[in-house]
Amino acid sequence: MAGLMEGSAAPGTGSRGSTGGRWEEILRRADSERPTVEDAALLLREAPLFALGRAADRVRRSLHPDGAVAYIVDRNINYTNICVCGCSFCAFFRDPSAPDAYVLSGEALSKKIEETLSLGGTQVLLQGGLHPDWGIEEAERLVRAVKRYPIRLHGFSPPEVWHFANRSGLTIREVIVRLVAAGLDSIPGGGAEILDDEVRAKISPRKIGWEQWAAVMREAHRQGLRTSATMMFGSVEAPESIARHLLRVRDLQDRTGGFASFIPWTFQPGNTALSGDPGFGESALAGFGHAVGYLRVLAVSRLLIPNIRTVQVSWVTMGAKVAQLGLFFGANDFGSTMIEENVVASAGVAFRMSEEEIVATIRDAGFQPLKREGPPCST
Amino acid sequence: MEAALRTIRDKVHAGHRLSEEDALALFRTRDILLVGEMADFANRRKNGDRVYFIVNRHINPTNICVNRCQFCAFSKTQGEPLAYTMTMEEILRRAEEASLQKATELHIVGGLHPDLPFDFYLLTLRTLRERFPEMHLQAFTAVEIDYFSRIAGLTLDEVLHQLKEAGLGSLPGGGAEIFDPEVRNRICPEKISGDRWLEVMEAVHAAGLRSNATMLYGHVETLESRVDHMRRLRELQDRTGGFQSFIPLAFHPKNTQIAKGDTTGLEDLLSLAVGRLYLDNFAHIKSFWIMVGPKLAQVSLHFGVNDIDGTVVEEKITHAAGAQAGQEMTVSELVTMIRQAGRVPVERDTVYNVVREWPQWQA
Repeated sequence: MAGLMEGSAAPGTGSRGSTGGRWEEILRRADSERPTVEDAALLLREAPLFALGRAADRVRRSLHPDGAVAYIVDRNINYTNICVCGCSFCAFFRDPSAPDAYVLSGEALSKKIEETLSLGGTQVLLQGGLHPDWGIEEAERLVRAVKRYPIRLHGFSPPEVWHFANRSGLTIREVIVRLVAAGLDSIPGGGAEILDDEVRAKISPRKIGWEQWAAVMREAHRQGLRTSATMMFGSVEAPESIARHLLRVRDLQDRTGGFASFIPWTFQPGNTALSGDPGFGESALAGFGHAVGYLRVLAVSRLLIPNIRTVQVSWVTMGAKVAQLGLFFGANDFGSTMIEENVVASAGVAFRMSEEEIVATIRDAGFQPLKREGPPCST
Repeated sequence: MEAALRTIRDKVHAGHRLSEEDALALFRTRDILLVGEMADFANRRKNGDRVYFIVNRHINPTNICVNRCQFCAFSKTQGEPLAYTMTMEEILRRAEEASLQKATELHIVGGLHPDLPFDFYLLTLRTLRERFPEMHLQAFTAVEIDYFSRIAGLTLDEVLHQLKEAGLGSLPGGGAEIFDPEVRNRICPEKISGDRWLEVMEAVHAAGLRSNATMLYGHVETLESRVDHMRRLRELQDRTGGFQSFIPLAFHPKNTQIAKGDTTGLEDLLSLAVGRLYLDNFAHIKSFWIMVGPKLAQVSLHFGVNDIDGTVVEEKITHAAGAQAGQEMTVSELVTMIRQAGRVPVERDTVYNVVREWPQWQA
């Protein structure tokens, strides 16, 4: 294929071949050695889209030679939208006094779980805002309420775990021990945003820093929980920050092996404070928060984190069509049916997929759909 | 790599024409990265990094149609609750809005109305041309042209001559669907045949008017019938050279009489990419963002596409069938989307004259 590309070597997002074929060399070595932040950023910026796709597809194939693409029937339940974090990229959070602030009632929770079970759902993804009055007792009560039903509970991202610890004067270890004792099965990788404190200072100054996020994950893995890791990109970060995020997740995984999947998705600007920020427009143009940028980041994620078996597409932010294409840019998991999704929907994005559509989409791409009942296998 | 694809790749690289078997092999493969690479190569050899768009406005003067095709959610029978026909005033108001937004084109297509005389269409064109001489009038599919010739009792040449006199600038490419009579019989039995569609277009081109060509895919057609459709377009284009762009249209099933899921991203990209690779005598391949959504439209710029149509403003036909995309994109949104894909945005007029070119964006 090299011949075909000669004379048409496309830069990824605009800048023209200033570094010649340097991306080629980095891409060739990406399999065998951990690239530097600078090299990874250069790949993001300059490697042609299809070169990234091919390299990522090779990694995906070697990890999943059977061509299986998994998905899960589960439901997102957001127990509250009240949050003291107030991140500028978030359209979901509310002040406690806001007219549409809510805390889910026990009854509403039960109804959602019963619906999920009746749809063949096997898991609940439980996440919420950092409620000023919530500590470990409230969290435990919620976990027990969910676990009255025969359903897996994937819940509480690191900022929530940290918040419960703070409110209740406990260590992270103690919080996780108690949540697990109450029935928690695994921990989602949300709240990672970009694991670079310079970016976090701009978009989520009141949220835990990257090392605290990592500390929660290390502790969860130490206690034998499997977790996912996520990345929200396309806000104000430079490619170097994305690269740093990916390499930090890779290094963590080298130490713990506890991440079952990696899930990158794009910032959704609708109804957020950040989208009104005058500095945002320029960052958005230069950034990766669009469909082509998404495919580039997805592929580089697959390349840079070969030690996490599963990379998941985000049809919730990208739609079924681009998500399907993502299966050729390194992804091997189609995520979940969601049933209900509130956070991205607050930003005005409302893609929907049924189990049937997910299965048909995977098949159409030439892959074998595989229904899983919990997080993807981590080994 | 499959052997067939290796041969195709060599042909693409050498600039040789692909056969129908090649096109079929491309439709069947799931090596989408290879197809994309080839289509991108073929596109950039023709068009470089430039991606065109147009500031335009769609006007659908009536949804009343005597054809009632199975795949269409837009058409209504006269007297039905949602049937409408715009008055001249309503048409002019839309044109006025378009003019204020510096549109260079009005795109006018509608149903086959049982009562409106041919003169109505001539009058519409004349009035628009007089009031808004700066806007190009791209109007009437081949299906409407054939209908005009029947209701007016005129030959195609006479119809086209009069429309041109009245201000018609060019024709869109709709109504082509899939030429295969078997498919047509199932999805649009009342509509003119594929042969007739091509005959009308040949007359259009002979009259010195340019047009586009479409293909409606993702309903009951086979891959073979898609290739047959494209073969016939390529043959006519060899004779006339009058087609400006090829526009594959994704079938939208909602509110139609055809039970089918939405087209997939792969299906959309393959139709565009095979279009680029097989239709070597077409200058432009257009991905209509209304049809496939802005995100896939952006991705398609790497799959052989060099045109993403326009600002549109008001779109009734695909939205009647459940299209999820909005009805309007601003110039700045279109420009950003093209630049983010690493390409150079060029605002064009209907016949691909450059209205404005944006500089290469530097990271």
